[in-house]
Amino acid sequence: MKQLSAFITKEFYHVFRDRRTLLIMFGLPVAQILLFGFALTTEVKNAEMIIIDHANDISSQKLISKFGSSGYFIITSSTEDKAIDQAFKEASAKCAMIFPSGFGNDLLRGKGAKIQLITDGSDPNTAKTILNYANAIISSYSQELNPLPAPSLQILPVPRMLYNEDGNGSLNFIPGVLALIMMLVCTALTSVSVVREKELGTMEVLLVSPFKPILVLISKAIPYLVLSLANFVLILLLSVFVLDVPIKGSILLLFLESMLFILTCLSLGLLISNRTASQQTALLTSMMGMMIPTLIFTGFIFPLDNMPMVFQWISNIVPSRWYYLIVKSVMLKGLGFEYVWKETLVLFGMTLVLLAVALKNFKTRLS
Amino acid sequence: MKVLSYLLQKEFLQIFRDKIILIMMFGLPTMQLIIIPFAMDFDVKHVNLVVLDNDHSGMSQRLISKINSSGYFHIVGTAASYRQGLDYIEHENADIVMEIPPAFERKLVREGRQEIGLFIDAINGNKAGLGSSYLMRVIGDFNEDISLRFRNEKTSVSNAGIQTENMVWYNPHGEYKYYMVPGVLVLLLTLIGGFISSLNIVREKEMGTIEQINVSPVQKWQFILGKLIPFWVVGMIIFSVGLLVQWIFYGIVPAGSFLVLYLFAGIYLVALLGFGLLVSTFTSTQLQAMFVAFFFMMIFMLMSGLFTSVDSMPAWARTISNLTPITHFVKVVRMIVLKGSGFADIKTEFLYQFLFAVVLNGWAILNYRKTS
Repeated sequence: MKQLSAFITKEFYHVFRDRRTLLIMFGLPVAQILLFGFALTTEVKNAEMIIIDHANDISSQKLISKFGSSGYFIITSSTEDKAIDQAFKEASAKCAMIFPSGFGNDLLRGKGAKIQLITDGSDPNTAKTILNYANAIISSYSQELNPLPAPSLQILPVPRMLYNEDGNGSLNFIPGVLALIMMLVCTALTSVSVVREKELGTMEVLLVSPFKPILVLISKAIPYLVLSLANFVLILLLSVFVLDVPIKGSILLLFLESMLFILTCLSLGLLISNRTASQQTALLTSMMGMMIPTLIFTGFIFPLDNMPMVFQWISNIVPSRWYYLIVKSVMLKGLGFEYVWKETLVLFGMTLVLLAVALKNFKTRLS
Repeated sequence: MKVLSYLLQKEFLQIFRDKIILIMMFGLPTMQLIIIPFAMDFDVKHVNLVVLDNDHSGMSQRLISKINSSGYFHIVGTAASYRQGLDYIEHENADIVMEIPPAFERKLVREGRQEIGLFIDAINGNKAGLGSSYLMRVIGDFNEDISLRFRNEKTSVSNAGIQTENMVWYNPHGEYKYYMVPGVLVLLLTLIGGFISSLNIVREKEMGTIEQINVSPVQKWQFILGKLIPFWVVGMIIFSVGLLVQWIFYGIVPAGSFLVLYLFAGIYLVALLGFGLLVSTFTSTQLQAMFVAFFFMMIFMLMSGLFTSVDSMPAWARTISNLTPITHFVKVVRMIVLKGSGFADIKTEFLYQFLFAVVLNGWAILNYRKTS
C-alpha cells in the first residue's frame, strides 16, 4: 500500500510539473463552456438584407419598417437587381427582398401583391431560418391589413415546454461539452502516461522492481481519475452558477455515472498508451484521430437520427454518446437510475473490454 | 540560396521517412473528408410524436391522420395516460406528446373551440421550436379544413394577401453537403498543418539536433523558411487531394477561379504554419507543443463559423473570431467554391490573412533564438 501511494505521488508530480497539461485539463473546459454559453448560437441574428423597392409606396415602406424593427434583420436598400449578386458574392448580405412596382396598389385592390425573397443558400441553415422569419413577418402584416374571420371551429394547441421552460439555450450543449471534454482530455492525458516511460527508458526501472505490473497501471490511472473528477466538478459548477443550468436529478448518481465514464476513457487511454511506441503517435491518435469522430458521434451538434444507418451503428461504439444520454436524463430531466441502466451497462461493458485488452497489451518484457 | 536548398532537402527526407506521420498526413484527412460530411446534417427531419387520445372520435382520428400525412411527423405510438406519454419522452423515444381531451369532438362542435395539450421536450431548443411550430401550422390548416367541411365557410387566404416567391441561390435544395464539405476540408487542413508544424522545431529541440543548427552559419530566416516550405508543399497537396475528393464523392466543383482559391489557400497555409512554428518556439517538448496546439485548435474550430454562424455571435465574440485565421479561410473557401466570388470580393479577407501570415511568421522568427 505504501508502495502504491509512493507511485501515485510520483504520477501526480508528473502531471503538475507541466503547466501546459493543466492548461488542457482546466483551461480548455472553462473556455469551451464559456464559448458555448455566450458566443455560439444556432439562432440567426443580424442577418443583412438588401431591399429593392421598385414600388416605393406606403405599403412597401410599412412592411420594410416591420422588417427593420423585428431585430433579426439589418436592412440596406438598393435600386438595382444586380446589387444582390454582388452583395452575395462579397458575403455582405444574406438575403434580399424585391418589391415590384405597383405593390401597394395591388395589395389595396386585393389583386394579389407579390414579393420576391432571395436567400443565399450557401449556408442552408441560415437560409431556411431567414425564410421562416421573413414569411412570418410578411404574413402577420398581411393579416393586419385584411383581418380574416377566424375559422368558426378552432382547435387551439396549448404548448408546454418540458424541462426547459425559459428556453435556456445552454441546456442542450452542457451534456455534450461535458462528454466531449472528458472523452478527449482524459483519454489524451492517459494515453501518454505509459508510453512516456517507455520512451524515456524509465519503464525498465519499473519492470525490474518488485512492483506488480497491474499496480503500475493502477498508479497511472488514479491521478487522472482524480483530476478528471475535479474537472467534472468544475464544469458542473460553471454550468450551474454561470449558465443557470439546473441539476434536476440526483447529484450522487450523476457523480457515479461520471466516474464510470472517466474509467472508460482512462481504459481507452491506457490501451492507446500500451499499443503505441512514442508519445507523439499516442497523442496524434488520441487527439487528432478522435477529435472529429467524438465531436460528431456524440450527437449533440448533429442529430444522430439524421445520419445514415451505418453511422448510427458506428456511433454505438463511441462511449461519449452513451454518457451524453445519461447526463441528459439524470441532470436535465431528473430521472433515476431505472432510466439509464442500459446506458450504464454499455459503458460498464466497454470499460471491462478496454481494460482487459489494455492489460493484455501491457508488455512486461522489453523488446 | 544553397544553404536553403540543403535545409529543404533535409526536411523533405525527414517527412517522408516516417510512414506513420505520412499516413496521418494524407490518409486520415482523406478518409475523414470522404466519410464525415455524410454525418453532418442539421435538419430537423424526424419529429417523433406520441398521441394521447382521450376522445377516440371521428374528429380526433381525422386530426391524427392529418398530422401523420403531413410527412413531417412520425407517430411512434399511442399512450393511454399522460404518465405513459411522458415515458416515451423520458426514454428519448418521442419529442412531443399531444393530448386530446375527453369529449373533444362534442365540445368542439358545440362551443366552436377546444384546447389540446402539446408537451414538448425542450432541451434541444431548436428542435422543440421547429417541431412545435410545424405542428401548430398543421393544426391551423386542419381548422380551416374542418370549418370548410362542417360549417361550409371559406376562410383560407384568397388572393387578397401578399404572395411571396422564395428563391434560394447557389443551393436550391438547401443541401448541407455544399456547406459542410468545404468547411470540413478547411478544418482537416488546419488540424494537420497546425499539429505537424507545431511539432517540428520542438522535435529538433528535444532530440538535441537544434544545437547543431545553432552553431552552423544558417540564418534564422533560412531555418524558419526551411521548415515552412516543406509543410507548405504538403499542405497544398492535401488541399488539392481534398478538392479532388470533394469533386469525386460529392460532385462539388468550385464555381469560382482556381487561381484565387489556390492563392488564398497558399497565404492561409503560410499563416497557419507560422502559428505552428510559433507554438514550437514557445515550448520545449513535443508533448507541450501538442497540448498548446490542441487548445488553440479547439478554440479556433469553435469560433471559426464552421458549425455556427459568426454573424449571430455577440460583438466581442465576433472580434475574437475575426482575429482567428481559420475564420477567414472558411468564409472564403465557401464563397469561392459555392458562389464563385472573385478576387475583388475577398480582398478584405485576403488582407487579414496576409497580415496574419506576416505577424505570425515574424513573431516566430523573432522568438527563435539561436542562443539558449
